[in-house]
Amino acid sequence: MQPQSLELQGIEKSFGADNVLKSIDLAIRPGEFLSLVGMSGCGKSTLLRIIAGLETPDRGTVSIGNRQVTDVDPSERNLAMVFQSYALYPHMTVRENIATPLRMRRLSFTARLPLIGRMIASADTLRDIATSVEEAAETLQIGHLLDRKPAQLSGGQRQRVALARALVRQPAAFLMDEPLSNLDAKLRAHMREELTGLHRRLGATFIYVTHDQIEAMTMSDRIALMSEGGIEQLGTPDELYQRPASLTVARFIGTPTINLLPVEIGMSGRISAFGQEFGLEAAAQAAGPATLGIRAEDLRPAADGLAVRVLRSETYGADRFVTCALVQDQSVRVVMRQHAGESLPSEADGLLRLGFAEQRAHLFGADGRRCDVSARARVAA
Amino acid sequence: MGHVRKYLPHLVLALGAIPMLLPFYWMFLTSIRSPSEIFDVSLWPIPRQFDAVQNYSRAASQVPMLRFMLNGVIVCGGILIVQVLTAVPAAYALAKLRFPARRLMMTLIIAALCVPMQALALPLFVGLAKANLLNTYFAMMAPFFLSVFAIFLFHQSFRSYPEEVIEAARMDGFSEMEICWRLVLRGSLPSLAAFAVFSLVAHWNDLYWPMIVVTDTNLAPPPLGMLFFADVESGANYGALMAGAAIITAPMVICFLFARRHFIAGITMTGVK
Repeated sequence: MQPQSLELQGIEKSFGADNVLKSIDLAIRPGEFLSLVGMSGCGKSTLLRIIAGLETPDRGTVSIGNRQVTDVDPSERNLAMVFQSYALYPHMTVRENIATPLRMRRLSFTARLPLIGRMIASADTLRDIATSVEEAAETLQIGHLLDRKPAQLSGGQRQRVALARALVRQPAAFLMDEPLSNLDAKLRAHMREELTGLHRRLGATFIYVTHDQIEAMTMSDRIALMSEGGIEQLGTPDELYQRPASLTVARFIGTPTINLLPVEIGMSGRISAFGQEFGLEAAAQAAGPATLGIRAEDLRPAADGLAVRVLRSETYGADRFVTCALVQDQSVRVVMRQHAGESLPSEADGLLRLGFAEQRAHLFGADGRRCDVSARARVAA
Repeated sequence: MGHVRKYLPHLVLALGAIPMLLPFYWMFLTSIRSPSEIFDVSLWPIPRQFDAVQNYSRAASQVPMLRFMLNGVIVCGGILIVQVLTAVPAAYALAKLRFPARRLMMTLIIAALCVPMQALALPLFVGLAKANLLNTYFAMMAPFFLSVFAIFLFHQSFRSYPEEVIEAARMDGFSEMEICWRLVLRGSLPSLAAFAVFSLVAHWNDLYWPMIVVTDTNLAPPPLGMLFFADVESGANYGALMAGAAIITAPMVICFLFARRHFIAGITMTGVK
């Protein structure tokens, strides 16, 4: 099966008075690994369920390839979904579980009936199905588990069975709804790797829903970051990290969370915080309160920087995270990331001055959108 | 101390079981005693004169016992099959599908649980009489075809069936009926067993309704048959009467023993995931 593109146009969905999705447009390229990421309640799962056909949009269209499928039954869309709880059929063996999507598609109703079905179904079809099941099991290394029931499997094994059941039908696209969130941290990291491996091998379109930005960052070709029923930003993991389109995106992406400074844009466009000016300039019409975002790794001790008091310092092997509070406003905390080898030039009572590279700062206006900012030519003192 | 803790509940339960089992024991005792001993209050299991053979053969020969049993099987089986066929899809729809007035329907079902059979007896009787259906198997079965109790019981059990498995099934191409019968009911077999026992016992032992709609001895289910039997004998031969009662009780006891494990799981698991 060729990997298929997917297109959503003007998707809207409400549950009662709750406006869950507000006009979503999204084009997913064939063979792409796209993550839908956001806080819980942002509408990402609903969007996935609309793509799957498990939910009907109030307005808008869903297309797979060039075929409009908005009113098509879930089973006719040729999509495979991996659920958070794996959703294996509890009374069937692993073999039967994996075979089910094929049996449902290739066998008639009577041939699927228990007992008498075996006499009606054509032997060729049954053999084909058995072979496909073996192959899928082989791909996911669960060949030795085929005769067990789901209850006898561990979480990781169930996950593999769910994946095998998805890939056996060679779908137009794979839909995954937080498939790793029930696994422990170590297994999750391992399955992340396997999923990207599987994606590369199959070359299929993957749509992956998660609330975990690390999963989205490490696995995706592109990320659609959702917030309050809309897409905040669509781009590669690098774009989202390097050029967040809004405060929401900046806050969501990156560990530790981006440092945010309340700043003031003057009439001339100069940016200052607590009366102290930085070498930064915004468009003059943006004048007013704003927020400056600086990643932890972009903060550096500097002689003319902001005065902070060091609260604590944690070393993670190669890196060290230094948490500080602003001297002018104790409630503003910033985290600086430095190599563990670097020393911290701190004054006697734990005071420190922090600066940053101007071109690495992100400025967000009062509405939370990104504003253009330029480094101002330094005037010699 | 530990022993007391361990065995005390069993002791209490055993004491509670005595008044439950005593009538059955008495029935059995009477069915093997001779007429002269019937009114003895002794509970000693071995009668002075062992009359079991006489009593049981009398019970079996004097009235068409097999005919009564067959009637019982037809009526109970018919009722159970239609009850399951109607209640399972209804319970599935109420538990797992979204549609308008679902809550209202559920309220109506719970309200209907509170209506006793006796309240409906008269209109049902009149209706069946007008339709010329008295003295038929259908008249004995029809009022019980739609069981709100079954809908309620299956609803409670279906509710805990994981939503995501149903959605996976929809994506795999199962129809709603296949989901209902092949997946959801399959996951609730203990409830089905529990309901089957409830239903079979209730209708096998039911005297009230058959007595109203049936006067033909050939159609009588076991309890009504026993009543005819008692009338014929004008209550004189208690030994044979109790032998008859023992014969008609036996199938239910056997049925319960077979379904016991599922039955208990079925009534305890509702709500447990």
